[in-house]
Order: sequence, then structure tokens, then C-alpha cells
Amino acid sequence: MTAVTTSDLSPAAPGRTREVPRGLVWMWRDTWTEAMRHLRAVPRNPDLLIFATIQPIMFVLLFNYVFGGAIEVPGYDSYTQFLMPGVFAQTVLFGSAFTGIGVAEDMTKGIIDRLRSLPMYQPAVLVGRTVSDLCRNIFTFVVMFIVGYLVGFRIGGSVGAALGATLLLLFFSYAFSWVQAFIGLSVKSVEAANSAGFIWMFPLTFVSSAFVSTESMPGWLQTFADWNPFTKLTNAARALYSGTDPGADLWYSLAWAIGITMVFSFLASRRFSRTSR
Amino acid sequence: MYAVEAEGLKKSFGETEALRGVDLAVEPATVLGLLGPNGAGKTTTVRILTTLLKPDGGRATVDGVDVIHDPRRVRARIGVTGQYAAVDERLTGFESLEHVGRLFHLPAKEAKKRAAELLERFDLTDAGSRVVKGYSGGMRRRLDIAMSLVSRPTVLFLDEPTTGLDPRSRLGMWDLIEELVAEGTTTLLTTQYLDEAERLADDIVVIDHGTVIAKGTADSLKGQIGGDRLEVSVARVDDLDRTAALLQDRCAVTGAEHVDRDARTVTIAVSDTNKIVPGVVRLLDDADIEVVDVVVRRPTLDDVFLQLTGRPAEADDDEGAER
Repeated sequence: MTAVTTSDLSPAAPGRTREVPRGLVWMWRDTWTEAMRHLRAVPRNPDLLIFATIQPIMFVLLFNYVFGGAIEVPGYDSYTQFLMPGVFAQTVLFGSAFTGIGVAEDMTKGIIDRLRSLPMYQPAVLVGRTVSDLCRNIFTFVVMFIVGYLVGFRIGGSVGAALGATLLLLFFSYAFSWVQAFIGLSVKSVEAANSAGFIWMFPLTFVSSAFVSTESMPGWLQTFADWNPFTKLTNAARALYSGTDPGADLWYSLAWAIGITMVFSFLASRRFSRTSR
Repeated sequence: MYAVEAEGLKKSFGETEALRGVDLAVEPATVLGLLGPNGAGKTTTVRILTTLLKPDGGRATVDGVDVIHDPRRVRARIGVTGQYAAVDERLTGFESLEHVGRLFHLPAKEAKKRAAELLERFDLTDAGSRVVKGYSGGMRRRLDIAMSLVSRPTVLFLDEPTTGLDPRSRLGMWDLIEELVAEGTTTLLTTQYLDEAERLADDIVVIDHGTVIAKGTADSLKGQIGGDRLEVSVARVDDLDRTAALLQDRCAVTGAEHVDRDARTVTIAVSDTNKIVPGVVRLLDDADIEVVDVVVRRPTLDDVFLQLTGRPAEADDDEGAER
């Protein structure tokens, strides 16, 4: 048949303008399309979902019951009340490592190359990724909060302050997603992204006020711990959850989150536009 | 107007000069075969033309749009398939195609319709609702190609599209490319397989060490290297060098003989094929060399490639694999 219908394979008619839409609406739409690529895949990977649920539960229970009896923190009746904000902070921070692994996976499989050859809003690839990981982290947080409540953690102040603490934690994890995205784009393999993404988070989270008071540490370590942004975050969150005044810690931790987001989204985007498999 | 045009493309990675001034031009609705050994600069050229890499020098247009200054408008006109199937294993086949359609800003309904259409065309309708993770290599490759056709591209870039495919899938890919070109799609194809280039390409550009060393149709390239080929197989590897020396004396054309130790053959260009076979057999017999086979044949693209680059096209070593 030589009918004048276009077949499945014919190119767009010559002269047809192939203009690229620009503007905020399209930027948002491309970002959402990319975020959905990851979100719709979450329920299909039960391993990941279980890991994202079990790990926070395990942390809450381990720290609470293994160390709980042995550790006393001045000014706190129960270790649980002191500990939970630290566990929350550590777990959402660990959750950001998924960003680096996912980005490295996309890159090694050539998916980033494909996306870069499409007429889409390019930053949507990384923004979509970090936003989808934030959604996953919100889920993780809810699970953790429920378990925390079951083992005796209580909100000491207003609900508003507790909500503020939660948003601060999630903002921090979002900021670190950009650090992980940068790492994921910089390494050569998924395995490397995995170890490079996790290794520095251990000193960052343990040499801090998350699990013990920094006063019990040797002098030099205490200095590091006191200035550790993770300490600022934990202190601010702890104060807001207990209903006390977070003071400067709140502003320090906000400044860190904003600064990290800005610096690393810039670095990651720059690397993205130069990346090659 | 050419569908693809490049002039003096240069690109270095650190100390390595990957491209030292590549020129090429592709007529609309034709196939250009870009040939070259591993590390010659094929992939780098394709990456520049598909806006993935900025050249250090030179200029290029695709469908009349400048690659360096207007990359997004170029991206709206092209389809790209790289060396490995770039598919998200977590999505279904349908979702993968729909996702690309959405990023080309098709309305939701149209993106779905196009996805279904392509699944059908690529024999993936049944697999369309399954997650790609369970797909075979051939299915992934088909989906990958389908993804590059979602937007009905004017120019299609295929980087070694049949590497790693079984013979049947290869033939299927060739039919597909022929169909696309018949419908009016311009194709730039890189390949290491000369039979593929011979079958599909209207024009061939051979590059090596980042420069174009020959261009033309398959026939004109064969004409350029001149003369028929005499191929002698011997029984003992030790005799190869002696055989080569004797043949060179006897035929004395250009000295372009090639010794293949694995196949135990010597190939040499000859100008006068008249009675050459009995003569050669006698000559080698007198020298006490045990001959297995002697053939005279027309030159192939392999011979062209060998003569131009000094090495066979399908090198096994992955050394210097292109980035």
C-alpha cells in the first residue's frame, strides 16, 4: 500500500517546527516526570523498601536498649528522650546515600547520557532525583517516629516546634542528597558510590552530640564535635522536640543546610553537564 | 542542505588528542557509516554531534541547527542510541517509552499512544507491561532503539547498534535501519563490522587517530586500494614469513602484504591475475612450503581497512576503548 499515512517509523514532516518549550511550568513538569520515574519504582523494589524501614527501626531499638541503660546524660531523665533526635538525624542523613547510588546507577547504565540527549530541562534530572529521595526519607521518618514513640519518646514542647524540628532534619537530608549526587556523578561505579557515600558519614554522625554528650570526649575531638554541623543539627532538633530554646544552633544548622544545598547543587549540576559514562 | 555537517571538529582529553579536525557531511535520508578501529574517535564524534560533548574547535550542524550554540533545539530533532542499552530496569517497557515521550513534551495521551505504537512495531506488546529487568538482551536493545524513535527524529545516531547481538537480531536491526531510511530518516552509524557498513551505508567515512583517512562509497573505497587479492594458506606457521617474502618478489605490487598468524594466511595485492595461481603454487612448492589453499578474490572492505589503518577492523583487544 502506498497510502499517504505516516507509518510508525516515519520522521516528523520536514518544516514542522520542533520548538522546545521553556518556562517555569515546563521546568516543573520535567522535574516531576523525572521524580515519578523513581517514585513509581519504589514499591517494585521490596528489598529497598524493607531496608528503608528496617534500618531506622533497628537503629532506634539498638541504641535505645543496648546503650540506653549504660549512658546517662546530664539534664535528661531518660536516655531515650536524648537519643531519639540523634537517631532521627542520623537515619535521614544515611537515607541521602540512596541519591548517590541511584545517580551512579543511571550514569553507568547510560541513562544519564540518554536524558542529556533529550530536549528536556536538564536540571530536572538531579532535582527530580533528590526530590524523590526526599519523599522516601519522609516515609522513613514517619516509621521511625512511630517506633520512637513506642519506646517512650515524647514531644516536650509544642507540635509546631516538633514540626519545625522535623522539617529541619528533612532539609538537612535534602542538602546531603546533593552531596551524594555530586559523589555519584564523580565515581566510576555503583559500588564506589556506595562506599564513598557512606564512609564519611560515620565520623560525621558519631563524632557529634547525636548519641552522647560531647563533654565525655577527649579535648581535640570535642572541638571537632562541637563544630560539627551534625551536632548543630542534633542540638537544634533536640531542643525543638523537648520544647526548649534552640538558640543559635537553629540558625547554624539552617545556614549549613542552605550552604550545602547551594554549593553542592552547583557542583553536581556542573559535573552533570560534563559527565560521560 | 546536509542533514549533518561537521567541519574541523577537534577534541582533546588531557594529553590525548581524540579528534584532530574531523569533517563530514550526510545527505538527508541516507546512511553514513563511520568506520574506524577502537579508539579512532568514532564515539567522540557522535558525542559531539549529539550535544553530549563540547568540541575544542570546529563547528557542526544537525538538521540545520548549530550543535554548540543551540543544543536543545538539536536534541528536539535527533534520536540517539549508544553502545549499551540505556534502559531503566525498574520501569516497564511501556513506562520507559511513555517517559521519553513526556520529556519530549508530548501531551499525556499522545505519549501513551506513541508508546503503544512502538511496542507493537518492536514486537514488545506482550512484554510492555513487564519490568525491563526481566528482558533479554535482544529485547532491551529493541526497547532502546524504540526509545530513540519516540519523537520521530529527523536524524538518528546509532553507535555500534549491533555490537553484542546474535546474527538473527543483527539482521532484524539492518532491516529496521533500511526501513527508517526509506521513510526519510537520516542515519549516522558507527560500526566495526564492515559487512554492516557495506550493506547499509550509502557513504563511508573511515577515521583513525582522530582524522578522516578516507571517504566515499564502499565501491569507490575498494577501487582506491586497487588490484585483486591473492590469499595463500600454508600448513606450518613457520613458513609464513618465507611465503610472504616470496610472494612479494613474485607479485611486487605495493608491498601491502598482510600476514595473519592465527589463520596461517598471507594476503597480497596483485595487478595481473593471469595464471598467477599455478605459478604461485609451483614457486612455493619449489621452496618446500606446504600450501593448503590459494585464492584470488576481489578486495573487500576489510582489505581497505587493513591497508588504510594497518590493522584489521574487528580487533579483539579493548585497549584504548573510547570514552
